[in-house]
Amino acid sequence: MTTRVVALSSGLSESSSSTLLAGRITAALGQRLGAEVSIETVELRPLAHEIIDASITGFAAPRLAHVHDQLREADAVVVVTPIYKASYPGLFKAFFDALDQDLLIGKPVLLAATGGTARHSLALDFALRPLFAYLQTVPVPTGVFASPHDWGSEGTGALTSRVERAVDELVSLLAGAGTGRSFSDDIDLFSETMLSISDPHRPE
Amino acid sequence: MSSMQFGIFTVGDLTIDPTTGSIPTENEKLKALVTIAKKVEDIGGDVFAVGEHHDSGFVPPSISTLHAFIAAQTERLILSTSIAHITTNDPVKLAEDYATLQHLSDGRVDLVLGRGNTAQVYPWFGKDPSKGVELTIENYQLLRRLWDEDVVDWEGKFRTALQGFTSIPRPLDGVSPFVWHGSIRTPEVAEIAAYYGDGYFANNIFWPKEHYIRLINFYRQRYAHYGHGTPEQAIVGLGGQFFMRKNSQDAINEFRPYFDNAPVYGHGPSLEDFQAQTPLTVGSPQEVIEKTLAFADYFGDYQRQMFLIDHAGLPLKTVLEQLDLLGEILPTLRAEFDARRPADVPDAPTHAARVAARDAKVAAEAAEKEGVTA
Repeated sequence: MTTRVVALSSGLSESSSSTLLAGRITAALGQRLGAEVSIETVELRPLAHEIIDASITGFAAPRLAHVHDQLREADAVVVVTPIYKASYPGLFKAFFDALDQDLLIGKPVLLAATGGTARHSLALDFALRPLFAYLQTVPVPTGVFASPHDWGSEGTGALTSRVERAVDELVSLLAGAGTGRSFSDDIDLFSETMLSISDPHRPE
Repeated sequence: MSSMQFGIFTVGDLTIDPTTGSIPTENEKLKALVTIAKKVEDIGGDVFAVGEHHDSGFVPPSISTLHAFIAAQTERLILSTSIAHITTNDPVKLAEDYATLQHLSDGRVDLVLGRGNTAQVYPWFGKDPSKGVELTIENYQLLRRLWDEDVVDWEGKFRTALQGFTSIPRPLDGVSPFVWHGSIRTPEVAEIAAYYGDGYFANNIFWPKEHYIRLINFYRQRYAHYGHGTPEQAIVGLGGQFFMRKNSQDAINEFRPYFDNAPVYGHGPSLEDFQAQTPLTVGSPQEVIEKTLAFADYFGDYQRQMFLIDHAGLPLKTVLEQLDLLGEILPTLRAEFDARRPADVPDAPTHAARVAARDAKVAAEAAEKEGVTA
């Protein structure tokens, strides 16, 4: 069965380094899993207006709703964001704020970020990891951070090995070490509150 | 009256008119609601509903008082809520107030009950906002008994127990006001509606139809599960929102500043996108007819269509013009909905029809009993 991976890049500039990093990660995933994986890369920048609209209206317009559907169907998610002012940009947070609270439950996630200096690197663990813990995802232990240094000739070896390590971890999680939990949209007819309607005289 | 009912629902919001900067006083808005209600009757509409709000910026905290005043000045109009809070109102007082209104209006009252959508209201009435669903269930179970049983012994979690209590006045003709349950996200509310064979109302204004389809389908299936009829026979009411002018472009030009600055969705998506994605129609009477008729394709044949037309600072004069235009398309809407409606889908509920149904049931049971003893 084909493994479905969605890679989200929230780079805000054209030709962003976040998208470049997402490309490196998905290429490594493709090499590891070959024909068994289908990877879709989604850029948040073209969805910027719909993301903000959704935070006002409370519903996702069609293109954004399609991305939500892609995530719902995904077996794993790769997330890449630039780090601005010590954290992810507001658009990145607004995207997850507009997402169904439970949609990503139990999904393995590879967290990655880019920044103007290596001093931003711990934002992966201080800013991104809590968000994805809240969303009840399963982030892989290795976060991938790329600074300008990493794109230079002397840095690429280190970046490549971090990407490979994180991808190995993601593939290992996908191989069956997951939580067994997943998002369900079903209405539970046997919850306490439902039973108090359908069987009002039941003993407490 | 045709098999479907049409009406206006409002939340009575005090919103600045963005084209003039003026804002109605509480007195002006309350009087405007009365004017709008009388106009709904004049144009041939069936229902006028008001949403309970206790926040400043809205005027209808006391719906039964407002409705009694309107009932005194109308003859056919059914007075309803959109919604009345089942969570924060004492069910004993709800039973008394709406039974009183039912008598004074000669049966022209029904209720859409819901949780209410703001947490801050709960403590104003001594309730815990984290108990919204539980309050909804317990309070409605009590309200039902207060209307259906002459003498009630009752004990629950959220209010003092009742011993040998009789809620007065008893419902008119022994038939309580029809109840709809309104919700846009809580399946328990749809379950209550299904369990009791009551109506289900989806406000159907601010979100895409898919949100409402899920809950309406759930309600229809559960209605059948509890033995009240087929899923298609469940009693469904819908909201809707329009702004009409004879020419589509005139409607768009006139409504745009209200849309762009509206509470709830203003400063968000464009009018064009919002129209494409939600039930809002801004355009010609023909466009309103087409979009409204399509609701039955998504949600199934239904019993009541309500429209929101007086929000976002629209002045009273404009609202009354909207009602004139609605009056012109109502005969078409009635005829088209009736034409597509299967014979076994029930008509919209009225007091007279419910009394007749009760009498028929009593007669049938008596005949059966006679048959057994004979």
